[in-house]
Amino acid sequence: MRVPLSWLGEFVDLAPGTTPEDVHAALVSVGLEEEEIHRFEVSGPIVVGEVLEFVGEEQTNGKTINWCQVRVAPDGELAADGGPAVHGIICGAHNFAVGDKVVVTLPGASLPGPFPIAARKTYGHTSDGMIASARELGLGDEHDGILLLKNLGIDAPVGTDAIALLGLDDSAVEINVTPDRGYAFSIRGVAREYSHATGVAFRDPALALTVVAPVTRFPVTIDDQAPIRDRNGATVFVTRVVRGVDPTRPTPAWMIARLGLVGIRSISLVVDVTNYVMFELGQPLHGYDLDKLTGGIIVRRATAGEKFTTLDAVTRTLSVEDLLITDESGPIGLAGVMGGANTEISAQTVNVLVEAANFDPVSIARSARRHKLPSEASKRFERGVDPQVAAVAAARVVQLLVDLAGGTADDLGSVYNEAPASEPIRLPTGFVSGLIGLAYTGDEVRDALVDVGVSLVEADGDLQVTPPSWRPDLTDKWTLAEEVARIVGYDRIPSVLPIAPPGRGLTRTQTLRRTVAQTLAATGHTEVLTYPFVSEQANNLFGAGVAALGAVSAAEADSGAIAADGGAASAVPVSIPQMKVANPLDGEAPFLRTSMLPGLLQIAHRNRSRGLVDVAIYEQGLVFRPEAGVTYGTAVLPAGGERPSAEAEASLIAGIVPQPLLVGVVLVGNDVRHQPGLPAVAAGWQSALAAVQQVALATGVRIEVRQGRHPAMHPGRTAELFVTVPAATAAASTVSVGFAGELLPAVADDYDLPAVVAVAEINLGLVFAQAGGDLTVTPIRTMPAATQDLSLVVSASVPAAALRTAVAEGAGDLLEHIELVDDYRGAGVEPGQKSLTFALRFRGEERTLTAAEASAARLAGVAVAAERFGATLRE
Amino acid sequence: MSVPSVPPEPTTPSDPADAAASAQPEPLISEAAVNAAVDAALAAIAAAATTAALKLVRSEHAGESSPLSKLNALMRSVPGNQKAAAGKLVGQARGGVTKALTAREDEIGTAEAAARLLAETVDVTAAASAWKAGARHPISLLSERAADVFVAMGWEVAEGPELESEWFNFDGLNFDEDHPARAMQDTFFVEPTDAHLVLRTQTSPVQLRALLSRELPVYVVAPGRVFRTDELDATHTPVFHQIEGIAIDKGLTMAHLRGTLDHFVKALFGPEAKVRLRPNYFPFTEPSAELDVWHPTFKDGARWIEWGGCGMVHANVLRSAGIDPEVYSGFAFGVGVERAVMFRNDVKDMHDMVEGDIRFSQQYGMTV
Repeated sequence: MRVPLSWLGEFVDLAPGTTPEDVHAALVSVGLEEEEIHRFEVSGPIVVGEVLEFVGEEQTNGKTINWCQVRVAPDGELAADGGPAVHGIICGAHNFAVGDKVVVTLPGASLPGPFPIAARKTYGHTSDGMIASARELGLGDEHDGILLLKNLGIDAPVGTDAIALLGLDDSAVEINVTPDRGYAFSIRGVAREYSHATGVAFRDPALALTVVAPVTRFPVTIDDQAPIRDRNGATVFVTRVVRGVDPTRPTPAWMIARLGLVGIRSISLVVDVTNYVMFELGQPLHGYDLDKLTGGIIVRRATAGEKFTTLDAVTRTLSVEDLLITDESGPIGLAGVMGGANTEISAQTVNVLVEAANFDPVSIARSARRHKLPSEASKRFERGVDPQVAAVAAARVVQLLVDLAGGTADDLGSVYNEAPASEPIRLPTGFVSGLIGLAYTGDEVRDALVDVGVSLVEADGDLQVTPPSWRPDLTDKWTLAEEVARIVGYDRIPSVLPIAPPGRGLTRTQTLRRTVAQTLAATGHTEVLTYPFVSEQANNLFGAGVAALGAVSAAEADSGAIAADGGAASAVPVSIPQMKVANPLDGEAPFLRTSMLPGLLQIAHRNRSRGLVDVAIYEQGLVFRPEAGVTYGTAVLPAGGERPSAEAEASLIAGIVPQPLLVGVVLVGNDVRHQPGLPAVAAGWQSALAAVQQVALATGVRIEVRQGRHPAMHPGRTAELFVTVPAATAAASTVSVGFAGELLPAVADDYDLPAVVAVAEINLGLVFAQAGGDLTVTPIRTMPAATQDLSLVVSASVPAAALRTAVAEGAGDLLEHIELVDDYRGAGVEPGQKSLTFALRFRGEERTLTAAEASAARLAGVAVAAERFGATLRE
Repeated sequence: MSVPSVPPEPTTPSDPADAAASAQPEPLISEAAVNAAVDAALAAIAAAATTAALKLVRSEHAGESSPLSKLNALMRSVPGNQKAAAGKLVGQARGGVTKALTAREDEIGTAEAAARLLAETVDVTAAASAWKAGARHPISLLSERAADVFVAMGWEVAEGPELESEWFNFDGLNFDEDHPARAMQDTFFVEPTDAHLVLRTQTSPVQLRALLSRELPVYVVAPGRVFRTDELDATHTPVFHQIEGIAIDKGLTMAHLRGTLDHFVKALFGPEAKVRLRPNYFPFTEPSAELDVWHPTFKDGARWIEWGGCGMVHANVLRSAGIDPEVYSGFAFGVGVERAVMFRNDVKDMHDMVEGDIRFSQQYGMTV
């Protein structure tokens, strides 16, 4: 809402020199947030001039331009620019005659653009200024010729300052009106708020008019057969008639200027007047050409499929929820949204029927949204219009049409007003102080409420508060408390720190999430935050996960096979269930991510494209993983304002798509950069597994690594990750929690990344579930350790982890630690075989082990490895 | 190196008794001989410049075949009445030489160690590191710091889903289905829209979830990611972060809201930070306020910056959670994390925060 200061000043006294900034500051303090300041951006000297003579001169381009002598100051005086009283000016327009009064921008003036005016040589003359059109002055769109003051009904002496004359010295403050304050969409409402903020007296324009009831009834029928949510579509419907309007009368300059400042283009006097009164009083109005109406008016709901052409010449198919203004010929207006082309005010209209109605906010909001026709009218109805201002607004239109358009107020009209009276609210003594935490006096409470327009009755020591008709938002004692706090001032509310009951600190999940994030950052990964919007293909490729395609069965894992099947089968993604955004910003990525990786890969590419070659990034976040065959959401929502039934609440919760917490890691380039004395180490599958290891260390959960497959991943360089889930009643089971390794080079190429891209993705929820809890600490043995190395030759397809497990199981309790230190293939080892060397550390519980005891344990480990994998000792 | 002179070999009497018997013989161990040996040893010790040279000197002047050792060996032949004097003479001489050797050894050792360390001098500005530089994102760090302020006051951290039921995001929060506020929220809906699932437009649904699932009183804070259909530009992003707080108890007032916010901004931004409340409208609070924050070190100077919304929890929100608003009251607030990072660290363009350029987070390291 934009508020011209001159208009505001009609209803409150603005102190001389009040700036738009002052007005903004005052309005902000009562809750009307400041936006921009609007001005005409013109500066003088701009004066009234009179065309003394002009000569048309034909140019080589065929156009005729006029060399004009224009009087811009009374004879014998200097012009406002210090020049002579008569200026020679070149003018390309032809819509004027000698003797016409025009607006002359003299050298030194500036017009919107900014467009500075200076004397300049053109067409063989020195044009000493410019004769302005309405558009050049910022006063509307008219640019068919220069502005003739007689067309605005103005005759001012030559030399008069045209800026003040045309109202171009005014400015407007724009404020943001919150949805509860529909009345602030009027100068009247804003002026009242200004009065609250500053204490200056408010003169209500609604009380300044005498409303004369119509004598002859214009037939109006309200016939709402399908109220929305039990609310009648029209509660007020006032009509008034003005006859004999002179359609040639211009809209006065001051009105054009004010409408321009509030953002409304001048159209015709009648339309301008209805708009003007809407801004002044907040009441949307519609003018019908009375002579185009057939019979009386009926307000009803549209029938299904009914058609109606609005005055923007669009034929609309209506809904049974649309409220219509009709006459005997059919629809003439879409109530509260837009009038019809058939009864539109035209340049020939002389008899006008003015409509001032009050429509149901919900009905209007739905119609405006349905037909995508948000208008100044619908904006006001949606937020609530003062039902008692309709008759006043109609009278104000009549008054202006009589005063400005030469019309005559007719005694024909109608007043329908079934608007419910405001319900009184009981405000218990002390309630406001108790809610706000400030001891207001009884007078402060009463004065504040009276200030906003309520009527008060004392009842049993409490207050009975009846809100004014323009405040439909005042519905309970809490809303009244806000009014008191606001009028007295929020700055008076004291500061008191409440004492919360003892809390339990962060949950384990919350702590672990931080620990994982800190650990990954501390080990060289940079946290990024990506958008969760991806393409369907990306979801299908990454979100299917190892579980869908790449799971190496437990039997397969135990058999020890490191499968490198060429990836032929795994490279074909399946279609997986996923959620689609109905109104995405990016049509290429309308789906919600099922994996962290697509977003991270895009970010990796962005970094690379900016010359950052070594990129190690991670993100923790939720993914959206609907399950196949499950219907999510809730078709019918429970009402707000009361606790849903247990079943309804359960169904709301059950309708939420599973959103597990994942961490994704992407590494490209070098893990270790080449430095003095330090060779570069390229990032690869091992980097991804190192990140996994960091997550395992951070959470204290053992993450088991097995050879795996994944449609997006390198067929031979992919690990599937598992955690062990203990079960009280059955044997512990393992759960797949993610994967790590290198991308398929083709997938990396799709993201414009180099062939080797290391990635890892872990479902943190599943890992966290196994963290902490009932860890039993192994006592630390302090006897001397015996260390031995062990080299075993096995088939190259045997996973090191499986061999290590076998050795450890065989070696038994004396083996304290086992670590793979070498993987050798080549001379001395048969092709297809490999030699794995483990460092073993043995330790007795209560005494120093003998070499023989340690060797015996080592050989027991070899025995199991031999039995399980045919391992032989490499001596 | 000069070879120290060796005193002449003393004549060894065939029988000590004979020597003792002879009258006024030259003493078997002469003071002159001892002094000469000591002088030679000390000179050699002083002349030794390295540990190796000193080792040689030790062997020549303190070793088994050194003059002093040889003199010492004569002790066996010294007559009984001279033994004490001779023993003292040789003992002191040997002691002096040994002491000089030790002292010189320390001296040379220290010098050699110092020289060795000097030779190990590196260019410390050229250190190589096998560790990569990582970093946290300031949005995450600031959210955690904010949560910690509340946890320290006994509040707990609550969470909720990002893809949320409209009931939690709107209806239960007093957004009537036709309320203009519901239309003004630029909401991402998911298909099918009649399933009423939306990407939450605010962290406020967590309020309701907390109230429905916890025992009263409730004091919780909910940091999280929220979504609105704003195109990414210098000051907007469709995906951003909020921190929401809600406290429901008996007797809570708007003064408690202000007190909590005062403490919060001082803890987060420093003791000089201030809060200002301005009247505003939100469907889920009544009274409602806009929350402005002020700090002398904010970029572009000390000024009030709009940071979020707050107010007393609307009676209908309490009712949505089955709480009697005549018995309980409470307050809620929500602030934007991106905005805080912007005004705190002079981040001028939202792109820097959402594009994932590692240079952005790496300016923060592990601390915000």
